[in-house]
Amino acid sequence: MPEDVNLATYNADALTEDLTDAVPAASQTPPQTGSAAAPRAETQQDLNAEIKALGEAYAEALKGGAKKETQPRLDFAPYRSSILRHPTKSLHHADPETIELYSPAFGHQDVHALESDLTIQHNGEPQGERIIVAGRVLDGDGRPVAGQLVEIWQANSSGRYIHKRDQHPAPLDPNFTGVGRCITGPDGSYRFTTIKPGAYPWKNHLNAWRPAHIHFSLFGSEFTQRIVTQMYFPGDQLFPLDPIYQSIVDQDARDRLVASYDHDLTEPEWALGYNWDIVLTGSKRTWTENEALGAEGDDHE
Amino acid sequence: MSKLTATPGQTVGPFYGYALPYEKDRELLAPGSPGSIRVQGTVYDGAGHPVPDAILEIWQPDSDGNIVRRTGSLVRDGYTFTGFGRSAVGNTGVYTFTTVNPGPTEPGAAAFISVAVFARGLMNRLFTRLYLPENEEALAKDPLLSSLDPERRKTLIARRDPDGGLTWDIRLQGEGETVFLDFEGTRAGSAAQ
Repeated sequence: MPEDVNLATYNADALTEDLTDAVPAASQTPPQTGSAAAPRAETQQDLNAEIKALGEAYAEALKGGAKKETQPRLDFAPYRSSILRHPTKSLHHADPETIELYSPAFGHQDVHALESDLTIQHNGEPQGERIIVAGRVLDGDGRPVAGQLVEIWQANSSGRYIHKRDQHPAPLDPNFTGVGRCITGPDGSYRFTTIKPGAYPWKNHLNAWRPAHIHFSLFGSEFTQRIVTQMYFPGDQLFPLDPIYQSIVDQDARDRLVASYDHDLTEPEWALGYNWDIVLTGSKRTWTENEALGAEGDDHE
Repeated sequence: MSKLTATPGQTVGPFYGYALPYEKDRELLAPGSPGSIRVQGTVYDGAGHPVPDAILEIWQPDSDGNIVRRTGSLVRDGYTFTGFGRSAVGNTGVYTFTTVNPGPTEPGAAAFISVAVFARGLMNRLFTRLYLPENEEALAKDPLLSSLDPERRKTLIARRDPDGGLTWDIRLQGEGETVFLDFEGTRAGSAAQ
C-alpha cells in the first residue's frame, strides 16, 4: 500500500462497490483531510494519480533489477474492495502434494455442446454485436490442456449483468443470460459464440467504468493451475482508468488479457472473431505417456 | 521449468452468482448419506467482517485416500464421488459442503482438502489447505505444517464438531490470517505471486 493512502478513509460502506444497498459513490465518499465538513467524491483523477504512482514505483523497481511481475497485485489500493481482502503476509511457498497435482475431471456429462453458444439460450436473438471468441488453453510448457472445463460469464451489450445486485440502469436483454461453458478439445481449443459485452459502471469511485470484459474460469491438469481471469477487447480507451486491469502493473502481463481481432475467425455476414489463448502455470507433476498425449476427459474412458 | 508465461488472474468480481454456482455444487455426497460430513465455515475480511461475496472450491481424495478422477462434478448422478465441490458463501459469509473425510493419500500422511478461494476484491484466487485435526503424529511430520510457526499452523487445521462435521474459517487478512500458498515461487523470499 502506498504511504499516502489513509486507511481510515475507507469505511465499510465505501467498499460495497456495486451492491444493492450501496448509495451512489458521490454521497459516500470520505471527507478530505482538513475539510471534514465538506465530503468530496473520489474522482477518476484521484485514482489516476494513485495508479500512476504505483506504476512509476514499479518502473523504478525494474530499473533497480526487480523481477518483472506477471500476476495482479493482491494489494492494490486503487481497487478499494481489495484493501481489506488481501493477505498481508507473503504467500507461503509449498511444494504441491498428491491431490494438488491432479485436477478435477469434467467431461461431456457435465457440459452440453450447445452451452458454448450464448446467443441461443432463449427464444429470440440477443441484442448487440455477435462475436466469436476462440483460442487454446495451454500449460506453462506449451502443452494443450485437453478435455477440461472452461466457464465464462459477462454483461450484455448494454453493460448489464443478470444479477440481482447489478443496479446499472441499462436494459436487461430477455434473450441473453451471459453464461457459457465448454470442454476443451484435444488441442486445448475452446470456442464461444456470444455478444460483445458493454462497458459497465461501478462504484469504486465517481464515474468509474470497467472496460468491456468476459470473465473466464479455467482448470488445468493440476489444481495448482486453477485460474479465474478476465478477457478484454483490443483498443479499449478505459484500460488506463481501470484499477482492476491496472492491478497488473506490468504492461506485457496486462497485454496477455487482451484478445486479438482475428479476421480468419470472423464469419461472413454473421459474427466478428476474437482470438485469445490462455496459458496456465507450469506442470509440477511427472506426466505419464498417455497424459502427455492429451488423453484426458471422458472421451477416453 | 515453464517455457511460457502464465496469463494473469483477475478478480472473480461480484457477479459470478448466476454463472459459477450449479445444482448440488456443494454436495459431493447427498446430505445425510452414510459417511457424509458437513464442512462449514465463515470467510472474514481484515476488519473481521464476514465476506458475503466469496466463493470456495474444494478438491479432495475419497475416504480411502484415492484421488478420484471421475467426471460428473457439474451434473451429479447421486452416486459418483468426484472429489470436487463449489460453494458460494451466503450473506453471512458462510460456506457449506457435504463431503467425506478425506483419507491420507499415502500411509501415515496427514489428510487434507485442497481449497481455492475467490472473492470480489480479491485480485487473484488463493490456495490453501484444510487439514483434519485427528492424526497428530501425521500432522507433526507434514512438510507444510512443520514449516509454519504454531500460530500460523493453527489456521489450516479444522475443528471437529460433536456431530462429526468440520468447522474451518478463512481469514483473508489480519489477526489469525489464514496461510495461503504459493506453488510457483521459491522457498526463500517468495513474495512474488
